[in-house]
Amino acid sequence: MTRRTVQLTIDGKQASVPEDATLLDACTSLGIETPTLCWAENLTPVNVCRICVVEVEGARVLVPSCSRKVEAGMVVHTDSPRVRTSRKLVLELLGSSVDMSLSPIFLEYSKRYGADPARFGPKAPKAKAGERDAAVPGHHHAPDGTHAATVAQPVKRDNDLFLRDYEKCMLCMKCVQACGTDAQNTFAIAVSGRGFEARISTEHDTALPDSACVFCGNCIGVCPTGALMFNVEHDLRAAKKWDESKQTVTDTVCSYCGVGCTLSLRVQDNQIVRVTSPSDNSVTAGNLCVKGRFGWGFVKGDE
Amino acid sequence: MEETDVILLWGSNAREAHPIYFHHVLKAVHRGAKLYVIDPRRTPTAEWADGWLSLEVGHDVALANGVANVILEEGLQNDAFVRNATLGFESWRAHIKQYDLARVCALTGVDPELIRRMARDFAKAERAMICWTLGITEHHNAVDNVFSLINLALLTGHVGKWGSGLNPLRGQNNVQGGGDMGALPHKLPGFQDVEDASVRARFEQAWGRSVPPMKGWHLTQMFEAMGRGELTAVYVIGENPAQSEADSAHAIERLKGLECLVVQDIFLTKTAQLADVVFPATASFCEAEGTVTNSERRVQRVRRALTPPGEARDDIEIIAELSRRLGFDFGTPTAQQLWDECRTLSPMHAGMSYAHLEERGGIQWPCPDEAHPGTSFLHGRLWDADATKRGPLAPFQVTEDEPPVEALDAEFPLRLTTGRRLESYNTGVQSQGYASPVFRRETIDLSGADVARLGLRDGEAVRVVSRRGAVVAPVRVDPGLKAGLAFMTFHFADEVDTNLLTIDATDPKAGTAEYKAAAVRVEKLG
Repeated sequence: MTRRTVQLTIDGKQASVPEDATLLDACTSLGIETPTLCWAENLTPVNVCRICVVEVEGARVLVPSCSRKVEAGMVVHTDSPRVRTSRKLVLELLGSSVDMSLSPIFLEYSKRYGADPARFGPKAPKAKAGERDAAVPGHHHAPDGTHAATVAQPVKRDNDLFLRDYEKCMLCMKCVQACGTDAQNTFAIAVSGRGFEARISTEHDTALPDSACVFCGNCIGVCPTGALMFNVEHDLRAAKKWDESKQTVTDTVCSYCGVGCTLSLRVQDNQIVRVTSPSDNSVTAGNLCVKGRFGWGFVKGDE
Repeated sequence: MEETDVILLWGSNAREAHPIYFHHVLKAVHRGAKLYVIDPRRTPTAEWADGWLSLEVGHDVALANGVANVILEEGLQNDAFVRNATLGFESWRAHIKQYDLARVCALTGVDPELIRRMARDFAKAERAMICWTLGITEHHNAVDNVFSLINLALLTGHVGKWGSGLNPLRGQNNVQGGGDMGALPHKLPGFQDVEDASVRARFEQAWGRSVPPMKGWHLTQMFEAMGRGELTAVYVIGENPAQSEADSAHAIERLKGLECLVVQDIFLTKTAQLADVVFPATASFCEAEGTVTNSERRVQRVRRALTPPGEARDDIEIIAELSRRLGFDFGTPTAQQLWDECRTLSPMHAGMSYAHLEERGGIQWPCPDEAHPGTSFLHGRLWDADATKRGPLAPFQVTEDEPPVEALDAEFPLRLTTGRRLESYNTGVQSQGYASPVFRRETIDLSGADVARLGLRDGEAVRVVSRRGAVVAPVRVDPGLKAGLAFMTFHFADEVDTNLLTIDATDPKAGTAEYKAAAVRVEKLG
């Protein structure tokens, strides 16, 4: 089927893109860099973070460019005062409630849009273990007006492979998508709760080894904030030994079955510290199974 | 894969054994493709199927022939393709008439309506694919099983086209590459026949040494030759036959009887423990440079990310050094130099320079020159409008149902079939090195009905006995098994050596052992 082309105007320039393109695709085709947090090339857009919003003339509200399809004759503004204000507010709300310190792109966007998360006041105290998981709709009380509400809580570490540090979770949904129909189709996690109490959870908040999880780690592969992390990386960071200047990343092929998944091995001090796969790889689309992601313990390296 | 309309996954638990391949299957399924899974067990793969055909172990030929019979009876075959591209159709068709659905259902235990539905969906599809794994090939009649599937593709023309075809899913990361590189008894690199003098002459000219003109033995024949005392010295590289061979007690006895056993491996495996000499090697996927070939014929680069431990040396270095001491010094070439030499000798790899592989992220053979993008599917020539360009036509092969070698009887009433589990791999030497929370350790999986009949409890340790040996393992009730069927793996061979039970009855052409069908009984302990 031949795809037709659609013409539209973005920031005064003419764009000509396939009819099924998104506004984000159209912006990219003109070299207009659009901030995204919840979007990824190997996942279906869920348009939850709202950082990619743009202004379409004639539309009542700003539209998420990652999922809005182009239409002939659209007139779009990507850097109008409305767009900048909206992006800035999104960054401030996220920055005040979520630990975004391991997301370099977030820090860059914050600078670009002059976001000041501290203006909501000092962060409210960390929740106790399990406290947020026990919340039911209606439990949330308005903050006291002097402190910024946060999702801070203790790290969940219930297995030897990876952990969940939900203080860093911005609810971008990428892990849920990767665990669901976009890749793994295991459906071990979903969003639980509503409003500010919304969080990513296994069924009945069981520990991962008791859940449907098969430990493929495809959720870690897409997590943009470091909320999902190999234990080995977390421990190196906690010991202040994580040192990216001493790390190399080498692409090779998994040693298990015959599918031929590309592994990107991140190595520090001759030890593997993280395994990913390129999201544009024709075999993996960025995904691996438990053996490819974690099954390299037999390689000891020269210590 | 993702753009096909009907998928027959035959004898494959890809959801667990090839998880990332199965992602592509699921993309097709979500797009609306129909998935049929042919497997005695209701595996996690079968749970995704539109139709699950639970056949009796070992009756794949009968089922495939029954499918062919339905297609022929209903006139759903691709007449033009059969006429233009195949041979032997009429005599094969006459033979297939014996596989009427009543007989096929009696042999396989599969619902006739399900067979009919699969046959219709497969034959009528614009694009359809048959993929298989060891459920087809680990039988004493493995080659006939494969021929029967090929017959179905020829009958319907589902071969040599985008989104169609026949795909064996390879079980190991470079089992395809091993074959490509001539690690077969009768082939030199690029599947060139060792018994062809002109082929040998090119290799002899490049290597400066004569190439033995006769084909060698495959693995099973090697073990038989050890038994006869004709094979007395064996050099094993990266394989653990002491635990992977069927009827392993027998295999170990033969390895122990050798005059000289050399093992080159990254682990001190059970086989290495029997060796006279062990060469510690590097882990090829992360401590060495080179290439591997995956299941889709894609040659891919492996690269060194780690410095190997202790005295471990690169496979190339070990072989070069051994050769030097045996009197032929070919220096210590790099992996790239060896690959470039291979490209001059194997036409199907000629275009795959490291630079070209890098640029394209791997290339599917054949790739004759550096301007060639590689070949995404084979046998397209069969569709050529010009008859002179179709090359050798594809023959239908007459195949007959043959039950497993070991029949069930009162003494050994359970059918034991073996396979893999998600988190583990083969004899476990690699996969036991990480702390997977999904490790279950070895169990004998039985149906709830058999567990009740035998008066057992879930988790109770039992003795599993075959004509060749016995092991002790805990029982696990698997709702995916029907009565009379038992399942085990050989992932924890140090604790439960499942291959003490399996039968080394082998296919006469391929030499593959019948790991999928042994007869056992289960005894209560104490």
